[in-house]
Amino acid sequence: MDNAIIISTLSAAVIAGTPILYAALGEIICEKSGNLNLGVEGMMLIGAVCGFKAAVLSNNPWVGFLVAMLAGGLFSLIHAFLTITLKSSQVVSGLALTIFGTGLSSFIGKSMIGIPAPVKFSKVAIPILSKIPFIGTILFHQDVLVYISYMMIVAVWIYLYKTNMGLKLKAVGENPAAADAVGIYVSKIQYIHVFIGGVFAGAGGAYLSLAYSPAWLENMTAGRGWIAVSLVIFALWNPVRALVGSYIFGGLDILGYRAQTLGITVSPIFMKMIPYLFTMGVLIFISAKKGNRNIAAPGALGVSYSREER
Amino acid sequence: MRKKLLGVMSLLMVLVMIFTGCSQKSTADESKTEDEKYKVAFIYVGPVGDAGWSYSHDAGKEYLLKEMPDVEATYIESVPEGSDSERVLTELAEKGNQIIFATSFGYMDSVMNVAKKYPDVTFIHCSGYKTDKNVATYFGRMYQPRYLSGVVAAKKTASNVIGYVAAYPIPEVIRGINAFTLGAKSVNPDAVVKVVWTNTWYDPAKEKEAAKSLLDAGADVITQHQDTPGPQQAAQEQNAFSIGYNTDMSQFAPEAYLTAPVWNWGPYYVDTVKAVRAGTWKSAQYWGGLKDGVVALAPMTDLVDEETKALVAKEEKKIIDTDWDVFTGIIKDQEGNVKVQEGQQLTDEELLSMDWFVEGVEGKIAE
Repeated sequence: MDNAIIISTLSAAVIAGTPILYAALGEIICEKSGNLNLGVEGMMLIGAVCGFKAAVLSNNPWVGFLVAMLAGGLFSLIHAFLTITLKSSQVVSGLALTIFGTGLSSFIGKSMIGIPAPVKFSKVAIPILSKIPFIGTILFHQDVLVYISYMMIVAVWIYLYKTNMGLKLKAVGENPAAADAVGIYVSKIQYIHVFIGGVFAGAGGAYLSLAYSPAWLENMTAGRGWIAVSLVIFALWNPVRALVGSYIFGGLDILGYRAQTLGITVSPIFMKMIPYLFTMGVLIFISAKKGNRNIAAPGALGVSYSREER
Repeated sequence: MRKKLLGVMSLLMVLVMIFTGCSQKSTADESKTEDEKYKVAFIYVGPVGDAGWSYSHDAGKEYLLKEMPDVEATYIESVPEGSDSERVLTELAEKGNQIIFATSFGYMDSVMNVAKKYPDVTFIHCSGYKTDKNVATYFGRMYQPRYLSGVVAAKKTASNVIGYVAAYPIPEVIRGINAFTLGAKSVNPDAVVKVVWTNTWYDPAKEKEAAKSLLDAGADVITQHQDTPGPQQAAQEQNAFSIGYNTDMSQFAPEAYLTAPVWNWGPYYVDTVKAVRAGTWKSAQYWGGLKDGVVALAPMTDLVDEETKALVAKEEKKIIDTDWDVFTGIIKDQEGNVKVQEGQQLTDEELLSMDWFVEGVEGKIAE
């Protein structure tokens, strides 16, 4: 492989990883509050279809992107209401959200089928940075939404580890009873962060329908929401590891296709398994070294908090 | 008490969400009584909105409804192949449908099982090979328009590398690649067809990536055996040319799209429903070609020059009017071994089980 092919492969891997990255960042925030939302796939589809529709109607991709985030967030509130207020099972509610989102997005998108995107996010090279040899083209000759995803990594990291709100969030996720005792409003924190999770998932969906393959096709996320859920575990709830993981997960298929054009046969079936194999590997690894509490899942993940049952 | 109530409420909400998520629609007017209409049903493997395979069948259904207004058609989309399809087929048979069209290969065994239990219902299965008294199969010789599209591609390419984004290494796809390559070679012996397998039928982003990898490897015309327009978009973005599949995909890549081999199921659906209704229908294995109109080459855009258009018209006439077909010898495989002797033709059986590439294809059939 010569340099040009390597650069184009890695650059494609960044694009392929971006929708997963958005969704995974959202899911990290959501799970940090102790709420497991398996509805990522559904929220992404809602984001993809609403974003596309808004972009078509307004003729402005930014409006589309904002509407997608809002739609993803609002949609996630169904899950928040079911699991935080009504305290039903987070797993069941999340799965229902995915199934519902798939159906609802098809319904909303009926009139959008076969319409090419009138506007889309195109590639913009960042001056100076894009001139850095090798890395410049890979990281800084992309569309705007990719750049926003870089900023989001930093923002989420600062939010989780350097702010008061992030501390409260983690307290709620680790031990809601204790957080409640010190006066943190547990359900408010959870509502907010389930919503933020939905906003990110919606952005990931919009990346697909407005930048990656700009058009609306039913079920166009094709399982990326599930990869995002598995990526969160792979990344051990750390936004920076999620960045690395999403590019690896996204880049695998691309590597497989490029290898085929060079006459190397890699089974695409095997490629599809790798994200999940990696995740299982990480799970085995962290269970094997129990002592380190920094990398484990939020303590109260998946458990609805009920004050009376304290 | 309050807690119990909340629990029941949340369960109800979840159930409502699950049920609205499943999609089953009837296109008929609800106010009419059931007896007035002749009921037929379709099951699709993908969503109707895929702009590809299921969309093409749905267009056939729409044609049927237009031609025969007294028919009521139900469709169920996104039915997974396997045991789920058996449940759906049973449900449709129970609901009094006279004819059920099962439009994907993987429904085959489910169709056979359900057909035994409902001998009065006629089952028409697309692309399979098992039949029964009340089960027929149908498919189209898509390789014929694929051959024609190969001619178009080979005339357009400057780099002599044509990229082919392929779904799964099954005979149907392999046959298409071979026919395309034979068409390309017939007008441009230097052309090679590079193949990348995606192992998806339906993932626009991945299929676009596969096309991009072919473009990076030197291809300047892209074609596809996939159900989404992803590869078309890739060609447009990199100023290459593209040939679609299933339906006219020009709106997704107006500056790249040349033509597409397309399905046209409508006339077959009308004939079948008429025959079953009149009682003249017999189980058969229907494999229609360009001659029957089940498959066609979509109108070529202005990006195709007049000389090529005339050439394609000539080849099309040859296939329709004479005994000559795409797989007429001499044909060699990738290693240069003669697979079809001069003047001989592959039989339908050989075509339906094809597992080798012709000379000129660059790529491997994964085990």
